[in-house]
Amino acid sequence: MIDSYTEQFILTDIPNLHKIEIYEQNGGYGALRKALGMAPDAVTDEVKKSNLRGRGGACFPTGLKWTFMPKQSEKPKYICANGDESEPGTFKDRQIFEFSPHVFIEGSLIAAYAMGVQFVYVYIRGEYAKWIKLLQAAVDDAYSKGYIGKKILGSGFSTEMQIYRGAGAYICGEESSLMNSLEGGRGYPRVKPPFPAQFGVWGNPTTINNIETLSNVPMILNRGWEFYSKIGAPKHPGPLLYGISGHVNKPGVFELPTGVLLTDLIYKCCGGVKGNKKIKAVIPGGSSTMWLRGEEIEGVKMDADSLKAVGTSIGTAGVIVMDEDTDVIKVLARISHFYHHESCGQCTPCREGTGWMEKILHRFLDGEGTMQDIDLLLDVANNIEGNTICALGDAAAWPVQSVIKKFRGEFEARAKKTPMVSKYVKPPHLVELKTA
Amino acid sequence: MLNEDNLKKLETLRGRFQTSQSLTLPVLWMIQEQYGWISPEAMEYVSHLLNLPVSHVYGVVTFYTMYNQKPVGKYHLQVCTNVSCMLNGGEELRDHICKRLGVSPGETTQDKKFTVTEVECLGSCGTAPMLQANDDYYENLSLAAVDELLEKMK
Ligand SMILES: Cc1cc2nc3c(=O)[nH]c(=O)nc-3n(C[C@H](O)[C@H](O)[C@H](O)COP(=O)(O)O)c2cc1C
Ligand code: SF4
Ligand code: FES
Repeated sequence: MIDSYTEQFILTDIPNLHKIEIYEQNGGYGALRKALGMAPDAVTDEVKKSNLRGRGGACFPTGLKWTFMPKQSEKPKYICANGDESEPGTFKDRQIFEFSPHVFIEGSLIAAYAMGVQFVYVYIRGEYAKWIKLLQAAVDDAYSKGYIGKKILGSGFSTEMQIYRGAGAYICGEESSLMNSLEGGRGYPRVKPPFPAQFGVWGNPTTINNIETLSNVPMILNRGWEFYSKIGAPKHPGPLLYGISGHVNKPGVFELPTGVLLTDLIYKCCGGVKGNKKIKAVIPGGSSTMWLRGEEIEGVKMDADSLKAVGTSIGTAGVIVMDEDTDVIKVLARISHFYHHESCGQCTPCREGTGWMEKILHRFLDGEGTMQDIDLLLDVANNIEGNTICALGDAAAWPVQSVIKKFRGEFEARAKKTPMVSKYVKPPHLVELKTA
Repeated sequence: MLNEDNLKKLETLRGRFQTSQSLTLPVLWMIQEQYGWISPEAMEYVSHLLNLPVSHVYGVVTFYTMYNQKPVGKYHLQVCTNVSCMLNGGEELRDHICKRLGVSPGETTQDKKFTVTEVECLGSCGTAPMLQANDDYYENLSLAAVDELLEKMK
């Protein structure tokens, strides 16, 4: 499949596509023109029928999400384009900002037209100073050519675009936290419902979409939903930006259809594992997804349903490859440290539990872990999962659950053989939590 | 505290958001750009400027890791040690830099030239290991390359 597939839509190999003239020469902003000639509902319908699903991690059907926005609204409506890109293992949206900013801008404008949105906010992680500048330059160009602003291309439709810089908080990628951050506050996730389409930024109808998701929209308009829906996996179609990192020879971001073989990504796109070693484990979709053992990856396809079938998820399609010499407990401890550090602290299970998991994992690294600690660790993870306001809690629990399940032997081998007397005691609230 | 340029920028930004509270993060960025960190006086200034309680500004500054609550060196070196970087030598990179500069993560060298911080994934996992120095990314680093980089940062 990889050998026969050559067409790219988002990260094409057209040189200098970030320049607006080059983008226009290659048909750029034609999709916007086309959309403006259609009824807004017809645009949403096109996206709905294409089966485009969100690229921010949850795979929610994009067209359906757009229909949640009220059609008639006294209040202004907003789009927040999510460029927080902070999930470890994910580095694709920045490629769009750098090489294809206009594909994203055009897609956002089409989305704005379809939903009757007056303002598009682009939330970008604070560290991406360089990419914020690059995107700002592209936005300025699009303004000067009349693609953004008042009465776009002579139509009756007007919308604005504004970049907003985050300041180093993973949680601000979560959509409700992002909105609180945009409102100038701490990035605390909100309890849902109400959902953003009813009560979003400043209480107004809002849709949050990932940068890559919106970048898929122009091609759907250009080539039609039918063409789009036939690319890759039928239930999760389209081009996908796969980011592969870790122990591979040539890591990078590759645009390919959904549903390619994981092994093709590793061996054909990335030239295999460094030093020709065997693979011990693979994280398929960013640090919050469940791990696969090296032996399990044969035949596994990279789309929402195929990965679900093997007990994990596509997430952000950020694949991390670990070779046979990797200390999986050390890697897991690093991941747990990340979630502990990034927990916003609103919910007890997440705030406390992420810390306990990190601590227990460090016991194993220090040679102080016990056999009971393995079950304790699992217990903590199970008690976080599903008991929190936002999905960061789950994201912290899943890797722990999966690594214990798949590499229990490693924990056992590392556990102290004199188990009962440990200088550590079981955290007292744990019992309470369980009955809650 | 904000210079002319930034005050002008602020005025154009005001029209782009429904509330002035939204300007908290942008204004804090401007302050940090000018002074390198956010002092308690700066927080008070921002609270007057935007007509917000100081506690709100303080809450924001302390929530976001990128706002420096104390001065940092001329070069703020932020080394990623998250998974993809770790698998490719991110920790060795961190240790090497710390040893060379004689500091621990979080500390600033005595000549105030370098601050070293260990940070979470910076979205450069495919070009690991890497570090961010002020606004710039340095990717695919070897220990030799980082030595060269530090030499250049005078
Ligand atoms: C802890 C957490 C972090 C998230 N980080 C991001 C992110 O960095 N970028 C992103 O697009 N979505 C992120 N999401 C998902 C968003 O909440 C939201 O589902 C997504 O932006 C919707 O866009 P989509 O439907 O186009 O995928 C995160 C979710 C959680 C729970
Ligand atoms: S799950 Fe964690 S990050 Fe999410 S709201 Fe609760 S404490 Fe905050
Ligand atoms: S893990 Fe270091 S940049 Fe992503």
